[in-house]
This record gives sequence, structure tokens and C-alpha cells, in this order.
Amino acid sequence: MGKTVLLIEDEQNIIEAVSFILSRDGWDVKIHANGHDAMDAVRTRRPDVVILDVMLPGKSGFDILSEIRADMAFKDLPVMMLSARGQTRDLDMARRAGANRYMTKPFSNAEVLDAVRALVPT
Amino acid sequence: MATLNIMVLVALAYVTLLFAVAFAADRAAARGRARWLRSPLVYTLSLSIYCTAWTYYGAVGFAARSGLEYVTIYLGPTLVVIGWWWTLRKMVRVGRSQRITSIADLISSRFGKSNALAVFVTLVALLGTTPYIALQLQSLTLSVVAFAEADPTREVAVNRQSTAFWVAAGMALFAILFGTRNLDANERHHGIVMAIALEAVVKLVALLAVGIFVVWGLSGGVSETLARIDRSAIAEFEVPGSRWVGLTLLSAAAFLCLPRMFQVMVVENEDERHLRTAAWAFPAYMMLMSLFVVPIAVVGLDLSPEGANPDLFVLTLPLMGGQEGLAILSFLGGFSSATSMVIVAAIAVSTMVSNHVVMPVWLWLTGGSAVMSGDVRLVAMRARRISIAITLFLGYLYFRLSGGGAALASIGLISFVGVAQFLPPLIGGLFWRGANRKGALAGLSVGFALWLYCLFLPSFGPSFLMPVSVLEQGAFGLSWLRPQALFGPAVLDPVIHAFLWSISLNTLIFIVVSIFSFPQPVERLQGAQFVNVFDHSGTTGGWTGGLAQSEDLLIMTQRIMGAQEAQALFAAAAREQGIGGYLPEPTPDFLVTLERALAGSVGAATAHAMISQIVGGASVSVQDLMAVADETAQIMEYSSQLEAKTQEQERTARQLRQVNEKLTQISLQKDAFLSQISHELRTPMTSIRAFSEILRDTGELTAEEESKYASIIHDEAIRLTRLLDDLLDLSVLENAQIVLNPEHGQLGGLIDRALMGAGLSEASIRVRRRPEDEAISLYTDLDRLAQVFINVMSNARKYCDAPNPELRIRVLREADHVAVDFIDNGSGIPAGEQGTIFEKFARVSETRAGGAGLGLAICREIMARLGGSITYVPGQEGAAFRVLAPMALPGQATAAQ
Repeated sequence: MGKTVLLIEDEQNIIEAVSFILSRDGWDVKIHANGHDAMDAVRTRRPDVVILDVMLPGKSGFDILSEIRADMAFKDLPVMMLSARGQTRDLDMARRAGANRYMTKPFSNAEVLDAVRALVPT
Repeated sequence: MATLNIMVLVALAYVTLLFAVAFAADRAAARGRARWLRSPLVYTLSLSIYCTAWTYYGAVGFAARSGLEYVTIYLGPTLVVIGWWWTLRKMVRVGRSQRITSIADLISSRFGKSNALAVFVTLVALLGTTPYIALQLQSLTLSVVAFAEADPTREVAVNRQSTAFWVAAGMALFAILFGTRNLDANERHHGIVMAIALEAVVKLVALLAVGIFVVWGLSGGVSETLARIDRSAIAEFEVPGSRWVGLTLLSAAAFLCLPRMFQVMVVENEDERHLRTAAWAFPAYMMLMSLFVVPIAVVGLDLSPEGANPDLFVLTLPLMGGQEGLAILSFLGGFSSATSMVIVAAIAVSTMVSNHVVMPVWLWLTGGSAVMSGDVRLVAMRARRISIAITLFLGYLYFRLSGGGAALASIGLISFVGVAQFLPPLIGGLFWRGANRKGALAGLSVGFALWLYCLFLPSFGPSFLMPVSVLEQGAFGLSWLRPQALFGPAVLDPVIHAFLWSISLNTLIFIVVSIFSFPQPVERLQGAQFVNVFDHSGTTGGWTGGLAQSEDLLIMTQRIMGAQEAQALFAAAAREQGIGGYLPEPTPDFLVTLERALAGSVGAATAHAMISQIVGGASVSVQDLMAVADETAQIMEYSSQLEAKTQEQERTARQLRQVNEKLTQISLQKDAFLSQISHELRTPMTSIRAFSEILRDTGELTAEEESKYASIIHDEAIRLTRLLDDLLDLSVLENAQIVLNPEHGQLGGLIDRALMGAGLSEASIRVRRRPEDEAISLYTDLDRLAQVFINVMSNARKYCDAPNPELRIRVLREADHVAVDFIDNGSGIPAGEQGTIFEKFARVSETRAGGAGLGLAICREIMARLGGSITYVPGQEGAAFRVLAPMALPGQATAAQ
């Protein structure tokens, strides 16, 4: 299908797991491993969907999402947020920041796959 | 026989004795061993300076010339001491409470601290004292001459003037030595008081001895003497009643007003109660002094050659009888009378001159910038000394100028009349609140002028200071202006004439001017303090009408209660009194009401004092002022209590805020900690779950893939375990539940062990050590210390970003601590984060943390338990941590070897 997923995540093992699952489903998985220039990565990679971790070195996932939404080109870009903190406050913040989906770690692989598929209708 | 020489020798010895007594008394007083100085007897004896050489010699002369008239000189003071003791007590009390230094000071203080008045009184005192000092010089000189003339050898010709001069100089020296030791004139001159007490005894003994000699030695017994008196002219003298009364009044006035009497009576007074003793002892002393006056006079007149000076009978009769010893004693008596009077008078007058004339002039000349106190002290001291010298020199000058022409007694009376002018302002000031400065000045001026014109100037003899024409025909040829017969024919003798006229006009003008002029506020206050010096009734006193000015009261009340309320109060009172308008009469009722109303705002004493200020005739006593001060103190105390309470409340509120903030912070920290733990736990769980699902659900995995994913699961499981271990460790450390396990060991070995534990092989990071520094014995929990070392070393291994990573271990030995520095050559920790790295879950940004970020937090807790610390050392090549550990665990009995 050739749809592109940008995975913004710093935990190496999680990157590997998610990449494995999505790649086998036919997604083109791009990786960005820190918060700093995540917005640049979004601009250059032009993904169809973004999977965004909340706790990133350099910049929080919420801030990155705000930047994405502030850019007119990406205001409708589907974004799914991942968080290991699992608090309702984070869910609220994610929704307010404009996340399309919010998922708490640990997740099941099928859940991630279904979510990504739902965000990008093929 | 060189009687004169012996007399001179004895006199010198006597003077030496006086110096010694004065010196000893001063010393004793300075050491505080002066209880015997404070005897009422000494006080009474010191009052005897009233009996000067004039009374000593002159009383006999007086009796020889005028019969019993001399008694009046003793009668006046006796009446004062017995009948007017309460006036004396008031003077003494006022003198004490106002720290009065002289009569000039008293009068000026009473009348609003007026300097003009002080200068004027000083001038009168100086002029009045000068003839008196001259009189003493004259009597001394005469007595020396009498001795010289009686001396059969007649070897020495006595120069009267040089004798007088040297006597004056000697007395000046004595007065300066013992009178100006203390600057504060209110400090008592114990030495001088003691010396004059001794002199009082000497003169009494001498006079009694002469009297006894005359009655029993010369005259032949009591009955013979009485017969002589009967036969003598003295019995026939008829003293006019007016003269009796006049002289008695004059001596009474002089006793109160003489500067030297004021000095011993008020300034030198140790204790008010001494007046009680003096009230009987002093009249007794004077009675003894006068006992033999008439016999000596009568016998002297009988036995002496025609034309002999009766003033010297006391001396010439013993000489005539060949009693040289007695004559010398008699001379010492006269000498004592003269010196004690002159010295005290000089001190009293010099205090006035220096305080009221010299000092103000000096301060004015120096522009009021009386800078250093030492300066002023020195100037005051010099002023006092120079004033003494001047006073005595003026006395000497008067002696020279008057030529010793007048009889001794009349010179004394001239002085009496001069100082008697102080009586109206003195008594008026003490008893009449209405007396004021203008009245005092006007009265004094008139009295003083009359004294000058009628008595002082004529005393130098005709045509010396006053033309004969004026003396005989009156100024401007107006006969009613004749000095000695003012306003009418000379029915009285000049002294009584001048006294009665001057004192009456003085008093009259004083009263009239006082009534018709208004005192200044200071005068009112001082007046109240003087007049009511005994008033202990304080605030309980009611109001006695007076000339209150309702408007003033209203203005004051408005200031305190506010305009509306004050006017309402006044209007209501006016209505009640049946008066229209808004100002009521200041009736006692109203004043009491007003005082009560004001007391609510300012306190009772303050209210009383305030109304007193406005209502004339009411009193502000010292007690009132004290009560005001008390009230103020209470109000201040109360407000400071309020303030303290407010501060207390503020402090509590601040503490509560702080606690609240802390709780909020703790709550936030707890949230943050929980979300951190959640994150740290969920992250490895995520990997484990994801890969285990991959392994379960994915069919066609390669063997490598399977093995790799299994390894990840395994590693993440271990990571989870380690995290849980750390959390538990930290929890135990933080709750101080840790049990330390102290052991003996070497630092070097411990570092070896830690290096192995941290997995620092030479390949991954080069370690530089100085083993010779590491030979340090430790007695501590070696496992825990090793745990810290391992943690720090692992961090270096993990985070040192240099191409050739290197860790330097530096050991510094301090007193009982050892500092182990771990310094790597990486980029170190950013300054902004150095402060937080020891917090839980703190991780240096930009770094891929291997651990959960609890390591350094654990290290910090461990070091705290071991009695040491771990700190980041900034400014080194790379990251640098210093572990500071005591060589022996604190609180452990077995110290390091």
C-alpha cells in the first residue's frame, strides 16, 4: 500500500517492535528518536500518520503535537499518542492538543495495528 | 614676746589643719565612707556661716553702740528656722528636684528659666556679697593690727592692705582647691562643709572662752557683771520698735536670701530631715554665740581706754588681761568666722557668675558650637575658678576703696539689704503660682535701684561715688530724692529706711506686674512644679475654677476627640449651664466632665495634665507627669502587644502557607514520582508484551529473530527487576530502616572491588589511579560504599562521551574524612542540571538513560547514612563527583585503625 507511518519514539525496543508489526502489515515505517527536530521530520517525511510518544528527550509529545497542529499543512494529519504514564490527565491533554488517538503502554500489537489502520482509511 | 609671730604661726597651723580636714572629708566622700559627713549636726554647724566675723566681733560693737539691738540679727534667722521651717523645706525640696545650683538658678528656673533674671540676680548677689567679703577682710586686718599693737616688742609694722590682700589670696586658693573639684555644683563640697563645721565649733568655743574669761576673769563674777550692766548705758538704750521689727525682718530675709546661706542650706543639704535638727540646734548655737555679747561689751566699755574700738573687744580684752593664749584662740574664732563665710560666699557667687554670665557668653562667642563635652567642662571649671578669684578681688577692692571707714555692722547690713531684694521673687515663686517673670524682674529692678541709690553708693562715703550735694540735697536738688531720706523726712536710720522702701516697692511692683502680665507656658509649668512640689495628690485633685479659657480647652479637645464630638460636648455643657452658644463656663463640674471625656482618649493623667496646662490655678505636679509617662508606657506596651499578636498571626499564616506549599509540592512530587515509576515500569513491559506477542503470533520468524526477541524480553525483564530493586532500596534508605554493617577495610581494595563490580575493563574506559594515596584504613559499611563507587563508575562508563574515555580517581585525605573524586574526560553535566541530578528519576537530558535515574538518588541517601556526602564538582575536565566519607563511621565505638 505504501502508506507512511512516522514513529517518534526514543525507546529502542519499542521502535523495533512497532516497526516489525507495521512493516509486516505493509506500512512504510519512518523512525525519529528524539523530541527536538520532530517537526522537521514530519515536514520532510510527510507521513500519512504519526505515532508520537509523550515522554521524549528534548521535547514533550504534547508540544510536538501542538506544533504539528499549528502548521496548516498538518492540521488534519492523523496522530496517535503513546504514553507510559497512563493517567487521565495525559489523556485530556492529548485530546486538547489535538490527538486523534491515545494509547497507553503496554499495548497489544493488534491494538496498535487496528488503530493505525483506522486512522488512515485505505 | 613675739605674740604676733606666735599668732601668725598658730594661724598658719590652723589653716593647715583646715586643709587637712577638707582633704580628708573629700577623700572619705569620694570613697563613699562619708556617713559621718551626713550628720544633721554637721549640717547645722555649716549653717553657722551666718555668724561671720561681723557677728563674732561686730555683735559686741553693735551692743556697745546700740544696746540689745544686736539680738535682732540672731532673732531673724531663729524665727525663720523655727517658724518658717516649712519654707526652708520647700526650698530644699525644690532645690533637689530641680537640681538647683544657686539662688540665681532657683529664681531663674522658677520664672521660665529666664537668663535675664539669672544674670540680674547674679549681679545683685555679687554686689551684695562684695561689701560683705570686704567686711571680713577688714575685721581680719583689724584683728591682726590689734595683735601687732598689743605686741610690746612692736617689731613688725603691719601693712593693713597687704595683709588683707594675702588673706584674700589665701582664701581664694582654699575656695578654688576645695570648691571647684567637682564641676557639677549640685555635687556637694564635703571638704568645705566639714571645714566650716570645724570652724563653727572653733568660733563658738573661742567666743564662749572669751565670755567666761571676761565675766569671771576680768569682771569678777556674774553678780558683778550684772551690776556693771545695770550701771552701763546699754540698759538705758531705748530701741525704737520700728527698728526692732525692721532689723529682725532684715536679718530673716537675709538668712533666706544670702547666696552663701542658700549654698549651705539648699545646695549642700544632704537630707531634708536635717532641717528638723537644725530647727532647734541652730537657734541654740546662735543663743550661745550671743550669750556673752552684752557682758563683753559692758566690761569692755568699762575697762578699755577711751576711744577703743568696741568691735575688737573680743580680742583686746584677753590681750589686755595678758591672756595671750586666749587671745590667739579668740583670733582663731574670728579668723574662722571670716574664712568660712568668705569661702562659701565665693563659691556660691562664682557658681552664679560662671553659670549665668561666663558660660553663656563663652557659648555665644564660640557660636553655640560647644563641641566637645571635655571642652565645656574645662571652660566651666576655669570660669568657676576665675570667678572665685574675681569675687575675692572685688571684695578686696571694696575694702581698699571704702577705706574701712564705716563700722563693721553697717557694712554687713548694707549687704543684707541688697540680697533681701531676692525675697519677693523667692517667696512669691515658691508659694504663688501667679508670680511671673515680668513681675520678678520689675520688682527686683526697683528694689535693686533703690538699694544702690540709698545704701550701696553712699556707703563709700561722701563724694566718692556719689556727690555730696546729692547726698545732702537729693538728686537734681530735689530734697525728696535724698538717698537717706527718700520720700520724706529721715525718721529712720538709713539702713532700715532703705530696707523698708526697697523691699516694699519691690514686693508691690512684683505683685502688681505679675497680676497684670501673662506668664509664658514654661513659667506656668515651672511655677506649678515649684509651688506644688509637695503635692502628692496627683490626679485625684479636683478643679478649682480658675481663669480657664474655654476656647483653648475647645481647641485642645477638638484635636483629641475631633471637631464634631468636641463641639457637641461643649455645646451640651453650655446648654446645661443655661448659657447660649457653644462655650460653657469652665466650672469645676465641667472641667471634671471634660477631663473624664479626654481620659477616654489619652488617659487620665495626660488629660489632667493637659487641662492643667490651660486652666491656671490648677496643678501639674511631678507625680502628674510621672503618671502621664506611665500611661504612655502602658499604651505603648499595649500597642506593642497588639503588634506582637499581629506578627504572631502573620507568622502563623506564613507557616501555614509554607506548609501548604510544601504539601502541594509533596503531592506534586508524589504525582510526578508515580508517573515516573509508571513510565519506568510500563516501558520495559511494553517491550516484553510486544515481543512476546510477536513470538506468539508470528509464524515465520527466523531463528535469529526468535533468539533476538527472546533476548530483548529477557533483558527487559531484568531491567524491570533492577528497577524494582532500586525502588525498594531507595524506599528503605529514605525511611532510615537501613541496618549498616561496618567492617574494617582498605580504600584501595574497595576501589578495586568497585571497578570490577562496575565492569570497567581497560578496554571500555581507562582508569587512572594513584594507589599510594589509597592506603587508607576505613571502618564503615564497605558494601554500601562500594555500591556508591560502582554507581558513579557505571555512570562514567555509560555517559562519558570522549573518544578515549578516561576516569581519574583522586583520593584526598582530610582530617577524619576521605574524599574520593571520580573525574572523567567527557563533556560533563550541563550547569543547569548539576543541581537536580541527585533527585529521583533525574536524568541528564539528551542522554539515553540506561537506568531508571535512581542511581544517584540512592547514592545520596547511602552517603547520608554513612555520615558523608556525594556532590558534583563543577569546573573539572568532565563530569566529576566527590564522595566524602568519614574514615570511621560516626557513632561507632571502634574507630579506624
